[in-house]
Amino acid sequence: MCLAIPGKILSSAGHNGIRVGRVQFGGITRETCLDFVPEAAVGDYVMVHVGFAISRVDREEAERSYELLESMGLLQRELESDLEDWQADR
Amino acid sequence: MKYLDEYRDEKIAHGIVAELFRRATRPWVLMEICGGQTHTLVRYGIDEMLPAGIELVHGPGCPVCVTSLETIDKATDIASRPDVTLISYGDMLRVPGSRTDLLHVKAEGGDVRVVYSPTEALKFARANPHRKVVFFAVGFETTAPANAMAVWQAKREGLTNFSMLASHVLVPPAIRALLGSPRNRVQGFVGPGHVCTVMGYREYEELVREFRVPIVVGGFEPLDLLEAILMLVTQLEEGRVAVENQYVRSVTCDGNRLAQKILADVFEVCDRKWRGIGGIPESGLRLREEYAEFDADRIFGTEGVTADEPAECISAEVLQGLKKPTDCSAFGTRCTPENPLGAPMVSSEGACAAYYLYRRHVIAARQGS
Repeated sequence: MCLAIPGKILSSAGHNGIRVGRVQFGGITRETCLDFVPEAAVGDYVMVHVGFAISRVDREEAERSYELLESMGLLQRELESDLEDWQADR
Repeated sequence: MKYLDEYRDEKIAHGIVAELFRRATRPWVLMEICGGQTHTLVRYGIDEMLPAGIELVHGPGCPVCVTSLETIDKATDIASRPDVTLISYGDMLRVPGSRTDLLHVKAEGGDVRVVYSPTEALKFARANPHRKVVFFAVGFETTAPANAMAVWQAKREGLTNFSMLASHVLVPPAIRALLGSPRNRVQGFVGPGHVCTVMGYREYEELVREFRVPIVVGGFEPLDLLEAILMLVTQLEEGRVAVENQYVRSVTCDGNRLAQKILADVFEVCDRKWRGIGGIPESGLRLREEYAEFDADRIFGTEGVTADEPAECISAEVLQGLKKPTDCSAFGTRCTPENPLGAPMVSSEGACAAYYLYRRHVIAARQGS
């Protein structure tokens, strides 16, 4: 299974020398091992696979790349509304 | 859910598709590696939104699907022993072995349990010192670090009743095998986003240099896949060949060094037989000698029986992207998720299961004709 989903770290603590956190995914919260992401703090988002966080979501990168996607969506909306205007004028 | 929902935005999807139509001037054959990516493509009908010349073929990135018949047989053998509790990830339970599957073993009284995380298997072993607990550890590089942690912890705690039946597979050797095949038609790959989250993408740069085929590391949501496809088509149209990263919110070039470290501490590379594809050299991971006492293969002396897949099952060709599930004569009739002939129909990441879930109208049409 290679699906990992993003969740928000609510709390973290040491357990038997392993760092474990409470991570929230939408409506549910699960105990998650945070040992692979020592840089991730409470409030950060992490990608979680089989109960282990494998990366910290890079917020800046995510925002920057999403802006590019949004601009493609906006361009498409403009083109479609131009087309509608043109059709209405005819 | 943040970092998920916004990657399902329909307007943006249409925007990317429109851009694809503008940029694609020629037919291209692309492969997405991961079963999770296949499911998204089929579920959201992305393959049907693309310009007609862009063909998506589905890759072997379903660890359940590629676990060898021998390994399934070892698992069912071990699970049948009265003193053993076999603990597994859920989707392994209904994968057919040559004689039976884990669900049937469970139904006949075997102690087979499902967990979400290897941590739960360890907890069970600690709480039940009189049971021999065997964890069935299957997966790609994404899952291997978590499995490694379980064994590492078991060794640190001196657990004597915990062992692992490990069958891990590695993606880059599989891509190499596909590209090296004379039947290969794939001109660009959507790379495995979560495997690369762990491993980084340097190994893919080697593949690109050697085979001159672009690879874009992609995520798993509709916009991720559409953007990755757009990036691939752009490279192909411009005659460029490189590794690019679409899944920037999770993947970096170096990957997760800590996860890689525990992988290297616990496992070593070995040859591995992939169900449907055959043996691929240096494409698997096995426990290192220092962890021999946790190796279920050695403890139980399991010898698998080499058996053939049912003649009708074309999973070998589906996993290599040579055929689609709907090309199979048994699809949806003699082979369904309830009565699977092969692994890709059982696994939640299998291509056949994806088509069955989201393209059943094709079956209806065929039955009607």
